[in-house]
Amino acid sequence: MSNVSVDAKDSALNGSQPDNNNRRRFLTVATSVVGAVGVVGAAVPFVTSWNPSAKAKAAGADVEVDISAIEPGQLIRVMWRSKPVWIVRRTPEILEELATHEDHLRDPNSEAEQQPTFAKNRYRSLKEEYLILVGICTHLGCSPQYLKDGAFEEAVEGVPNGFFCPCHGSKFDMAGRVFQSVPAPLNLVVPPYQFVDDTTVIIGSEAEAV
Amino acid sequence: MNAFLNWIEERIPMMRVANMHAIQYPAPRNMNFWYVFGFLATIVLVNQIVTGIWLTMNFNPTAEGAFFSVEYIMREIDFGWVIRYMHSTGASAFFIVVYAHMFRGMIYGSYQKPRELLWVFGMFIYLALMAEAFMGYVLPWGQMSYWGAQVIVSLFSAIPVIGPDLVIWIQGDYVISGATLNRFFALHVIALPLVIVILVFLHIIALHEVGSNNPDGVAIKHKKGSLPESEKTKYEIHEYYTSKYDIADDVVPFFPHIVLKDLVAFCIFLFVFCYIMFFAPEMGGKFLEHPNFEIANQLKTPEHIFPVWYFTPFYAILKAIPDKLFGVIAMFGAIAALFALPWVDRGRVKSWRYRCGLHKVNLLLFAAVFVFLGYLGGTPQENWKIIASQIATVLYFGFFVALFLYSKNERTKPVPARIPK
Repeated sequence: MSNVSVDAKDSALNGSQPDNNNRRRFLTVATSVVGAVGVVGAAVPFVTSWNPSAKAKAAGADVEVDISAIEPGQLIRVMWRSKPVWIVRRTPEILEELATHEDHLRDPNSEAEQQPTFAKNRYRSLKEEYLILVGICTHLGCSPQYLKDGAFEEAVEGVPNGFFCPCHGSKFDMAGRVFQSVPAPLNLVVPPYQFVDDTTVIIGSEAEAV
Repeated sequence: MNAFLNWIEERIPMMRVANMHAIQYPAPRNMNFWYVFGFLATIVLVNQIVTGIWLTMNFNPTAEGAFFSVEYIMREIDFGWVIRYMHSTGASAFFIVVYAHMFRGMIYGSYQKPRELLWVFGMFIYLALMAEAFMGYVLPWGQMSYWGAQVIVSLFSAIPVIGPDLVIWIQGDYVISGATLNRFFALHVIALPLVIVILVFLHIIALHEVGSNNPDGVAIKHKKGSLPESEKTKYEIHEYYTSKYDIADDVVPFFPHIVLKDLVAFCIFLFVFCYIMFFAPEMGGKFLEHPNFEIANQLKTPEHIFPVWYFTPFYAILKAIPDKLFGVIAMFGAIAALFALPWVDRGRVKSWRYRCGLHKVNLLLFAAVFVFLGYLGGTPQENWKIIASQIATVLYFGFFVALFLYSKNERTKPVPARIPK
């Protein structure tokens, strides 16, 4: 009688143990993996709900601008993410003038990251002709004035065109580069933008690298 | 009455836990004034939670309404100004007592073996507290709230590759906006307070497992059976401790001895706290910065942006390094170095009373450098300050390097086996 019960115990505890262990390990791992997948899945709504809402996306969406009607030398303003963005059609004279005063600039080569990489050049633009800038002074956020056709000479001698901030007297050239000895520390910001065709520009995103 | 208490005790161990963790907890009898700051931090935590709950009753977490709802609390709610100033002064008080608490741990070696995790939990509390304080400061939606948030959130943009997208994700918008304010409110009033309370619980559990350190760094728990009966404590100490160790007669029970000492400190603390709260709640622009009395304006950056005083040492380190990414790394590294302190210090002797002279100099210099960095980070940038903050940053990290080097073969004084009479 007692023998039988010992045998029964043995077989229950040891007899089928190796099999059971493998099976148990498999079930534990499988359950854990399924559980982990569930946790990751459940985390998705919580993490993605932190992204900008549809409303915020709409308010921050790219702006498409038709630039076909801009006269040479003219500046137009558009709103992008509740900031003023300037688009200036620069004349060849204005472009030539950019090279003449570089020794008076704080950052003539745009070393500070105030522009997308495509605009890290003398003209700070994708197409030389069109200058696109966020029209907010890098000092305290005022919007500078566009002084053209010699009106800027009063601010910087020998430079006929430029931007002058009326709040604290910061000066920028026709590529938005800041002059020395003014309060603004940095060049004006160039927003990301791309040309869809010759007369339409999208402000807010860069063309994908090809 | 006793029968009723027994009835409860048999169902939930109220008295057992109270005896074990408060009343009959063995505290070294040489604990000095440095040991009141943990208690004070708990008091301030309670103050922040209670006043915080009352503030949420009238606060409006939207970009349009936040600033004016704070003004409303200040001017039109009966005693609203008291509750708000208790909360804002409490925030600064929290950091004052926590910095004192941490420095206590440093001078008496309370982070050393076996209290490494106790220290690490403490550091996590400090980290959560910084996040809590930062988000709380954004809520009034003043100029410094907005631009402070701008500076801090844009730190994450320094992270390579994912940085810019991470910033948008944190902000919930392309700029700091009402969406950011609203989620910071949720984190500030629910998520982080829960985290902090849980961490404080773990901190205390860890403390009671390893036991309190003391100014001499001498162990009060001895191996079971190693002390003669005459040297064991005569006080009633909970059996949880006495059953595992021989507790030397170097201890007093936590209640009433330590509690009464802490209450004296609490009274002194209240004098100072109330004086500041009633007569200088802005503390000359250090506790509540002046630009924050102007509503947040996206188009107008204040002339000087500073974080509140308790962040300025780290802000100075950030500004000292001319590269953005390395600046951010150095700033977080300054906090990470503190986390690593139990492993940086290779010494066996805990208290600075028995360590080498260099260690004392190193600790005092570290404290001075920390205060100096705080000054540099909280005042307008000048040319001399750039180089000064670079030197101070080197000295800050130098503390850890020096400690690591000299602690291996340090010439220490003999540590007494028992707390000196």
